[in-house]
Amino acid sequence: MKVNLKVWRQAGPKAQGEFKTYSVETDTETSFLETLDILNEQLVEKGEEPIVFDHDCREGICGMCSLYINGHPHGPSTGATTCQLYMRKFQDGETITVEPWRSAAFPVIKDLMVDRNAFDKIQQAGGYVSFNCGGAQDANAIAIPKQIADEAMDSATCIGCGCCVAACKNGSAMLFVSAKVSQFALLPQGKAEAARRAKAMVAKMDELGFGNCTNTGACAAECPKNISLSNIARLNREYICAKVKD
Amino acid sequence: MEETKTTAAQPVIDSKIPEGPVAEKWTNYKAHQKLVNPANKRKLDIIVVGTGLAGASAASTLAEMGFNVLNFCIQDSPRRAHSIAAQGGINAAKNYQNDGDSVYRLFYDTVKGGDYRAREANVYRLAEVSNNIIDQCVAQGVPFAREYGGTLANRSFGGAQVSRTFYAKGQTGQQLLLGAYSSLNRQIQMGKVKSYNRYEMHDVVMIDGRARGIVAKNLVTGKFERFAAHAVVIATGGYGNTYFLSTNAMACNCSAAMACYRKGAYFANPAYVQIHPTCIPVHGDKQSKLTLMSESLRNDGRIWVPKKIEDAKALQAGTKKGSDIPEEDRDYYLERRYPAFGNLVPRDVASRAAKERCDKGFGVNNTGLAVFLDFSEAINRLGIDVVRQRYGNLFDMYEEITDVNPGELGNTINGVKYYNPMMIFPAIHYTMGGIWVDYELQTSVKGLFAIGECNFSDHGANRLGASALMQGLADGYFVLPYTIQNYLSDQIQVPHFSTDLPEFEAVEKACIAEEERIMNIKGTKSVDSIHKELGHIMWEYVGMGRTKEGLEKALKELKRIRKEFDTELFVPGKAGDGMNVELDKAFRLKDFITMGELIAYDALNRNESCGGHFREEYQTEEGEAKRDDKNYFYVSCWNYQGNDDTAPQLIKEPLEYEAIKVQTRNYKS
Repeated sequence: MKVNLKVWRQAGPKAQGEFKTYSVETDTETSFLETLDILNEQLVEKGEEPIVFDHDCREGICGMCSLYINGHPHGPSTGATTCQLYMRKFQDGETITVEPWRSAAFPVIKDLMVDRNAFDKIQQAGGYVSFNCGGAQDANAIAIPKQIADEAMDSATCIGCGCCVAACKNGSAMLFVSAKVSQFALLPQGKAEAARRAKAMVAKMDELGFGNCTNTGACAAECPKNISLSNIARLNREYICAKVKD
Repeated sequence: MEETKTTAAQPVIDSKIPEGPVAEKWTNYKAHQKLVNPANKRKLDIIVVGTGLAGASAASTLAEMGFNVLNFCIQDSPRRAHSIAAQGGINAAKNYQNDGDSVYRLFYDTVKGGDYRAREANVYRLAEVSNNIIDQCVAQGVPFAREYGGTLANRSFGGAQVSRTFYAKGQTGQQLLLGAYSSLNRQIQMGKVKSYNRYEMHDVVMIDGRARGIVAKNLVTGKFERFAAHAVVIATGGYGNTYFLSTNAMACNCSAAMACYRKGAYFANPAYVQIHPTCIPVHGDKQSKLTLMSESLRNDGRIWVPKKIEDAKALQAGTKKGSDIPEEDRDYYLERRYPAFGNLVPRDVASRAAKERCDKGFGVNNTGLAVFLDFSEAINRLGIDVVRQRYGNLFDMYEEITDVNPGELGNTINGVKYYNPMMIFPAIHYTMGGIWVDYELQTSVKGLFAIGECNFSDHGANRLGASALMQGLADGYFVLPYTIQNYLSDQIQVPHFSTDLPEFEAVEKACIAEEERIMNIKGTKSVDSIHKELGHIMWEYVGMGRTKEGLEKALKELKRIRKEFDTELFVPGKAGDGMNVELDKAFRLKDFITMGELIAYDALNRNESCGGHFREEYQTEEGEAKRDDKNYFYVSCWNYQGNDDTAPQLIKEPLEYEAIKVQTRNYKS
């Protein structure tokens, strides 16, 4: 099959970007990123610079890949990342528009690659249990009901790709922040610092230029890991409780 | 071709294994090692390269202790290191299931699983600290799977007859890495760790015979930068991507390890490469990587090919599908050959058995290079809901890639329901070999340490499932933070180094010169096209079945590929001015070629079959690996000879077994 890729090219953070359209031969068994690889091989053969995009594990878990494809972050599939997208989802001859994440908090580095350092900074503000290595009690000392453990696991599944921010009309990072706050709010290990954590992470998110949440739900609808909107409800509850105690 | 040199003056190998019975060595070591007091820790800087399980856990723990840590990461965030993709689980000798597990049994299983080619003392220590790892991770808030009563759940993995594997759905690596990442974040916030993302280490800087820093490239600016420290820790993973196609992530490379090797760190057992039996088969020449399907699937999945060759031919032609073949015509070859362990034999054994069936013509897809992994029996026994609860995310992942859902009913024959089986085939997955380290995880270069997959230390010739996570975290949380102090204790008077020293300047200049050389080749071939050639040679001649002739041919071909790289490579763009992804890949490829040669040299030298190293000349009549303990009961340490074109020198570290009787591996009874 043959597709046309209409790709955002931008030489650097401050350079003027533009769409360029390339035609590429691929097949239905090939992944979308492999199709970009094929295109890049063609560009290198012509002596041009390849299209820069973030990718690593190519099995949907590292959170490195991004891309707005035909108006959807991580493309048309639901519950899957861009690297798990296969060409069978597209029509022969289709023109596919490929853009970087669109958010002020994620500035473009080059072409389709953006800087998501802000996510690390939010995690550094409080996304942990303050426990030094060594001297932990036996792992089975605290029983955690299966249902709670499973719920915490569902929140902890977030891969930090930034899709929620890219999908949100406000560029809000609430789903990302709430997933981490929820994981620890649900588990006994996280309770001691729950109030401090919720306040610190929300404050950092605001400081870094992410927008506010208006409960549109686009984040959860596009999330490749199906992180639920109920996490945001829990974050709001944690945050209000923490503030009331102040 | 050059002979490998074994006769030249042999440097002495000191593995620094402590005195005493194997069960007391680690306790004795800790009781007598030198420590650094808190005030002095503040004066010492440590570079940790890598942020996977080993790197992140070491960086955070060293910082918690009070050292100043500089931590480097090739991705845009420490959370993306490839440990994140580990699916199945992590082993520990907790014996929560009361099924007879113990530290000794985990130790024994690991040594046996490694085909008696690991160092006893290291493996015992690994088994000993395995329990601390689980405690530590739970304290961090890692959401492991639990039973209804709230206790931790376990499952079984290959090579074990107990259930000792802890897991978090099919995303155990992710959860453990995020745990280590959270501890790391806390130390970054406290200012004890400085984090450098999108940096790639290019070389080690030596001052007066000790590792004192690195030169790393800022991948965004394209500029080299210098970093000094009192000790350097490498935690940069394995070299599986030498084969081009592997389950490793795209950025996984062996360049940091090769830089250490060129600076005099021995490279140990490079031939021990793990080929994982359950990966999605290769589908075409455009493929960029292979996807692993977790070993945990072998708990309930049964591996088979047809008994009748005509059924295999029909499957290859696409006129039949797996669910058309009834029970009596299926050959569950692992259950047939290895009744005691069945589908849960170790990875090397399962991979070779799959290759044996496919070589005989029983492969089940259009290329003839695939076998079935079937869940019909489990679904009929437990119901689809229970099976989906266990493996749902893996089934979905498989469907995304292949368009087939293994949980879907395919056919009903004589009242028996047959579900669509998965198709799987072995693929390069993990490398047991790595930088040689002593008991303290220090390489043969003073002040240079290696942890996690990038050292050779614990798995012998084959790694058991769910042991990579265990080793990475053992090294990072519980071993290196102690042993490195034994080295640093006499370094407390050494002041911080300036990166303006001539040693730093010389290394940076060499990096820039190499960059210019690569840019000026100006040939016509892309990095990937040469890498694919390399991968093809490696898989064909240095893969699952190796022969003397094949390996000699491979060494010749690799020399040709190096020449091709040196004369025909084309890298577009500029050097030293902004991001140049092709140039970064070119540097890695250069090192993959050298790595490929190392693997081939080692495989050629080792005239026996053991674990992940299978020489076709050395097998029993039944096709099982035939070891030669008389002549090859040693660790092969390869010593660099000053340039990449000269064959490395072989140095032997003899293995000494006190606690375990060395015998032939048996998974049949």
